[in-house]
Amino acid sequence: MPLITYREAIRHALSEEIERDPNVVVMGEEVAQFNGAYKVTEGMLAKYGPTRIVDTPISEAGFIGMGVGASMLGVRPVMELMFWSFYSVAFDQILNNAANVRYMSGGQINCPIVIRGPANGGTNVGATHSHTPENVLANHPGVKVVVPSTAYDAKGLLKTAIRDNDPVMFLENTILYGEKGEVPTEEYLIPLGKADVKRQGTDLTIVTYGRSVLHSLKAAEILEKEHGRSVEVVDLRTIRPLDIDTVLASVAKTHRVLIVEEQKPFASVGSQIAYMIQREAFDELDGPIHRLTTVDSPAIYSPPVEIEQLPNPNRVLKAALEALA
Amino acid sequence: MAQIIDMPKLSDTMTVGTLVKWLKKEGDAVKSGAMLAEIETDKATMELECFFDGTLLKIYAPAGSQIAVGAPLCAVGKTGEVVPDVPAPTAPKPVLKDDATPAATATPATPAPAKLPAQAPVAAPAAHPEIPSTPGQRIRITPLAKKLAAEKGVDPARVQGTGPSGRIVRADVIAAATGAAAPKAQISNSKSQTSSGAFVPTASAFAKGPIQEEKTVAVSNVRGIIAKRLLESKTQIPHFYLNIEIDAGPLLELRQQLNTALEKSGVKLSVNDFILKGSAEALRRVPTVNCSWEGAPSTGSGQASVRQHSAAHVSFAVAIDDGLITPVVRDAHLKTVFAISDEAKSLAKRAKDKKLAPNDFTGGTFCVSNLGMMGIESFSAIINPPNAAILAVGTTVKKPVVKNDQIVIGQTMMLTLSVDHRVVDGAVGAQFLAALKQLLESPSLLLI
Repeated sequence: MPLITYREAIRHALSEEIERDPNVVVMGEEVAQFNGAYKVTEGMLAKYGPTRIVDTPISEAGFIGMGVGASMLGVRPVMELMFWSFYSVAFDQILNNAANVRYMSGGQINCPIVIRGPANGGTNVGATHSHTPENVLANHPGVKVVVPSTAYDAKGLLKTAIRDNDPVMFLENTILYGEKGEVPTEEYLIPLGKADVKRQGTDLTIVTYGRSVLHSLKAAEILEKEHGRSVEVVDLRTIRPLDIDTVLASVAKTHRVLIVEEQKPFASVGSQIAYMIQREAFDELDGPIHRLTTVDSPAIYSPPVEIEQLPNPNRVLKAALEALA
Repeated sequence: MAQIIDMPKLSDTMTVGTLVKWLKKEGDAVKSGAMLAEIETDKATMELECFFDGTLLKIYAPAGSQIAVGAPLCAVGKTGEVVPDVPAPTAPKPVLKDDATPAATATPATPAPAKLPAQAPVAAPAAHPEIPSTPGQRIRITPLAKKLAAEKGVDPARVQGTGPSGRIVRADVIAAATGAAAPKAQISNSKSQTSSGAFVPTASAFAKGPIQEEKTVAVSNVRGIIAKRLLESKTQIPHFYLNIEIDAGPLLELRQQLNTALEKSGVKLSVNDFILKGSAEALRRVPTVNCSWEGAPSTGSGQASVRQHSAAHVSFAVAIDDGLITPVVRDAHLKTVFAISDEAKSLAKRAKDKKLAPNDFTGGTFCVSNLGMMGIESFSAIINPPNAAILAVGTTVKKPVVKNDQIVIGQTMMLTLSVDHRVVDGAVGAQFLAALKQLLESPSLLLI
């Protein structure tokens, strides 16, 4: 299988869906003439023209609102947020309008919009550009939330997201854009709501998603080599719908849990998962559920400190050893 | 002051009672000795007797409701007396301490239990001391370890925890259960033994806590079906039993020869495989045993009928978690002992894994239950309807037998056939066992 970057995988997904369905359009700041702030849409304007690849004004509330309206009329817009941090400007459009319209119209109006872009810290862009809002988004019934960790997952999940008839929030990662992975040339789709066991193990389950999957896999390797402990890494891939069954099956196997997420700790995705595990698998637990999150502060601007604020392999390793105690 | 009447404990195992109906209504005058209500326990329906004169002031438990033992049912007092809408919970029942006498527990300020109907079992000692070996001290233990300890009968109070803050984790319970790491109490015992030089039995050599939690547990579906079907069988089928002892020497010898000779081809025959094959062959010789009583049609006065089965579908009992199941070797009369062995192994494994399809455990015409591997010499099994018989197989026993008028060491095995007398009479059952005996004592016949 060819090795391509996470960025290319997303571009391939967008291109294939644009070619497959005339209703699919890509819109956002700098997506067309500038070839994308992070070059995800590079070359697409030249190939698909200005009716399919559309630059928007610098107004998230405006262009996301336009996308929501267009999607209600049958267009399948894929909206790029330069940073997911800017979702709060369009909060009402995303989480009040898009999330609720199918419910409030009694199922008469669908809202097949995809909103995508990077949501991560670790690049020294400061507290206002480093949000990871998957917990906030997932708190709203009506939206689906996807956080892929690999090129393969990013492509297969984005294609499914575009074909989905509900609003799908697709959270990428600027640091992952350059990560290469094997992606088949033939078409494939990954269903929303299916977790993926990225590594099999017997002593500890790490429940994670997004870039934290990579940190967890590195820590798992060290745990095996240097500590003789076998760690299973469950990549949720989709936050909503959530594949709790795969998590519970893994817990029933290992009896110990560490949740790793690039999230502030208070009311994070991990909080919900910890609740569900203790509720459904209480008698399987051989220790308290542990959680490793971003340190609870606005994103720290100092690069060396920011590295320690976020999950990293060392921090995961330390947390895993505590969970294994 | 009004008397609150609680749900009495009317049987040893009663934890809740159903208030079937009230025999008095609010405002009725009641006398001591009058019957207030009907209560259904897990055993029977009984009447709730009143021990006070007065008026039934308030009913707390509506008819049809299930009420825990000790929970309030009604209030009796003087007319016009005010009673609480929801009575305050009665004072907690005294915990039975080691040094407390039963008399001390019967005199606390809870009037209701002391004045319960005389025929009710004494309710006072109902409270169970919790984890008695460490009173007042909470044990740190993970949920999994706690579950495991209960399953393995390990008393957590006697396990040394190795987790954070001395928390007992799964590995500690497994170690305690297998004896890999000696539990706390045993460590100190062995020390005292070596210092005194003599073995002093101490009470702490055995766990002290309750042998299991006192509670009522809803049965699994499997257990429910076993209960229903075997009760039907034992109450509706006129069972009789025939025993026969067989010389198991030749069978054990042949099995040994085959297993040694064919080891490389993966053959591993069990005694039970031969019993299954022998049963199928004996059914061919005495086919009356391979029948089912079908009774008379439910309407009209039609003749009762018996179904003859053309094939011997021989089932065998497999113990599974909380029950047993009888997978069926279909057409055993047409199969070699090797084929039967393979199939029985696969069925038994799937039975334990709970992967049997309904087709795998229905349609048997005869059943074999073997407790030989558990050391049982002989037993009588309950017929598995609609079969007409079930064969109970005991273990092989070395004992003196008479051969050619000489006493020698022989290997014998007891077979017990439970028979439905509606279908099979004693003589026919005996013919079947004789045929089976002949086959098993000349087991090479089973290889032809």
